[in-house]
Amino acid sequence: MTNMDPKGLTRQPPKRLHAETQAVHPRAVDGRFRRLKWAVMTFCLAVYYITPWLRWHRGPYSPDQAVLIDLEHRRFYMFAIEIWPQEFYFVAGLLIMAGIGLFLVTSAVGRAWCGYACPQTVWTDLFQHVDRLIDGDRNAQMKLAKAPWGPAKIARRLGKWSIYLLISISTGGAWIFYFADAPTLAREFVTLQAPSIAYSTVFVLTCTTMWFGGFMREQVCIYMCPWPRIQSAMLDEKSLLVTYKDWRGEPRGKKSPTGAPLGDCIDCGLCAAVCPTGIDIREGPQIGCITCALCIDACDGVMEKTGRPRGLIDYVTLEDSARERQGLPATPHWKLIWHARTLIYLGIWSAIGAALLFALGTRQHLSIAVSKDRNPPYMILSSGEIRNAYAVRWKNMEGRPRKMQLTLDGPAGAKMWSEDMAKEMAARDLTRIIPADTTAPLRIYVTAPVGTHEGKLSFTLRALDQDGGEVSYATRFDAPDEDHD
Amino acid sequence: MSAPENEHAKEHGGPRVDEPTGTATMGHEWDGIEELNTPLPTWWLYTFYACIVFAIGYCVVYPAIPGIKEGSHGTFGWTSRGQLASEMDAAKAARAPVLAALDATPIEDLPKNPELLAKAVAGGKAAFKVNCVPCHGSGAAGSIGYPNLNDDDWLWGGTLTDIQTTLEHGIRQPGDDATRTSMMPSFGRDGILKPADVQDVVSYVRQISGQEPGNASAQRGAALFAANCVACHGADGKGNRMFGAPNLTDKVWLYGGSRTAITETVTNAHAGVMPAWGNRLSPATIKMLAAYVHSLGGGEAFAAPAAPAAETAASTGQ
Repeated sequence: MTNMDPKGLTRQPPKRLHAETQAVHPRAVDGRFRRLKWAVMTFCLAVYYITPWLRWHRGPYSPDQAVLIDLEHRRFYMFAIEIWPQEFYFVAGLLIMAGIGLFLVTSAVGRAWCGYACPQTVWTDLFQHVDRLIDGDRNAQMKLAKAPWGPAKIARRLGKWSIYLLISISTGGAWIFYFADAPTLAREFVTLQAPSIAYSTVFVLTCTTMWFGGFMREQVCIYMCPWPRIQSAMLDEKSLLVTYKDWRGEPRGKKSPTGAPLGDCIDCGLCAAVCPTGIDIREGPQIGCITCALCIDACDGVMEKTGRPRGLIDYVTLEDSARERQGLPATPHWKLIWHARTLIYLGIWSAIGAALLFALGTRQHLSIAVSKDRNPPYMILSSGEIRNAYAVRWKNMEGRPRKMQLTLDGPAGAKMWSEDMAKEMAARDLTRIIPADTTAPLRIYVTAPVGTHEGKLSFTLRALDQDGGEVSYATRFDAPDEDHD
Repeated sequence: MSAPENEHAKEHGGPRVDEPTGTATMGHEWDGIEELNTPLPTWWLYTFYACIVFAIGYCVVYPAIPGIKEGSHGTFGWTSRGQLASEMDAAKAARAPVLAALDATPIEDLPKNPELLAKAVAGGKAAFKVNCVPCHGSGAAGSIGYPNLNDDDWLWGGTLTDIQTTLEHGIRQPGDDATRTSMMPSFGRDGILKPADVQDVVSYVRQISGQEPGNASAQRGAALFAANCVACHGADGKGNRMFGAPNLTDKVWLYGGSRTAITETVTNAHAGVMPAWGNRLSPATIKMLAAYVHSLGGGEAFAAPAAPAAETAASTGQ
């Protein structure tokens, strides 16, 4: 690192234990990666803002919002999928897939999550565009930052912060629509009739968006986020990094003072000027680099203008850096992705996805849960019959009422009745209509004749409509060991 | 750059600059291990100051500073007892409408309001745990001398109203005029029946309850039974709820159905006491307890909910 820029921001030996943060005013740039970032940003923001407003018809008993986390009724709706609390493992599975997806992306294309899709990156990018819109590009922004406070600066700052605030409010505002019917909540929200939790959520998220996106920005990535640290451990010599090819660029300069031949880098500093985290990529790989590749766009533009080949700054693996340094050709891109770690992550990721889909496709839409009374385990009735009691929960997970039949399979002569009927009507089966999307608890009493021994007993719940379906629950029937006296 | 700088540092006593990173060290080392000086951003320091300010504010408004006799009270006046009291008040306020509805509803009308009945059963379950468990057991299954409340055998009646009366006035509760009362004579101890006669009566009772086949002793017992017992237990031995006289033909025995146990009962008699709860518990609590005991599966005069039971939708819950 003898070629280091002595003026580099991060490398100057500090005099104090804490350092003043240097504000970053990245310069606007255009290029293929900038256009990709635009596309990803548009896509991410569109998904975030539009999703809660999509409708999905589920019949008269369920909400018609396509994506809804209904905490009040403990349901999670996602298009055709409805998740009950006891099926939360589907959500856990999705979260695991998201985690392994991050590993997969890191293994395949490096720190792409940080550079393109992370909300912190997307919103920081958005706020930096607002800066350019109000204050002008990099130089104007720096000039304004240095300028003394006066009416013009105050007006500009207030204008900019107002736009920040609008973006922040709409960011925080969009979040709550995932948790309630969006049109209803929007109406309630503006007429001040929404629940207070909605306002406090919007307030908190407005504050965090404003603070993290408007002011903290790259500080979040460098100092607060744990992911770059984890990610450093996940990068290896086969990971794509934004790399300044010093073997091609050095010695840098516009004109050689000694007349010795110079490298391709003309030391225009544009790569550092466009960097949204304010680093100089020529100092090598560093934690501040989120691999957004805007420096590649900037450098490619300069190389083109000066008639040199593109790619002085490029996505290169450490392995290829070593090869190129020796004059060997770079590995083709498909080969970079085609390596064991990536394939293993892909395998795990797809296996979990396939398992979740399989479980979703085969899950039952009715279920039964039985909890046997254990205190007392059995009762002797005046007739001498033995009675056991069970709390049976009938679960109808369809969005329509269903007629269901509970059947008893147990000791000979056993009969059941429930708390909502007379004992005289006891039978081997009970039929009930269970309302849509409901768990119906019912206390069931089972009697067996004198002399019955303890043993197995099971309940079977059957849906009596066209779709059918059947679930069983095995439990036991308790009886005295011998004739009681 | 580092090498000459380090020369400079050595000469002037400044920290060494680490060559691979170009970062200055803190200037100290332990067994050859040095620390790079990577400064925190200043805002981090301010966050630290902000935490201190918050902590001071917290200590002012909440009780935080210990003293000799008592700690500081804090300007908010918060106490954990106060918080508990306000939570209890809130719970009480939440229960108030249910209790008011219970007060306004005669117990026999409770089944007409399934929602209120369900709440009464839940409240009764809690009150049972507090008041009734010592005798009747946590599962209300009773024990020798303490009736099992789950079964369908009732000494004094098993309708909601009967249970309410029993709860309110108790059984053989001295000082309560309306208490349920009766007294079985101690046939053996007081010499009304000779021991051999007692055995004959026991044989008869064991015969009518289906525990022993009839024999000569039981035949003699039948005559003694007709002379001494039918006034309360009835000619057929099926008991009489007016006197809390148990049904002797069924399979439920409060004091045991063995020959020994019945002999003991006929000889010495039993007169169990249940306290009157009317002067200890509120009328609403008594209604809740009655509803709970009635709901245990043996309650009598069962009234089906408004809709026919066979195909009604079960009550819903989460």
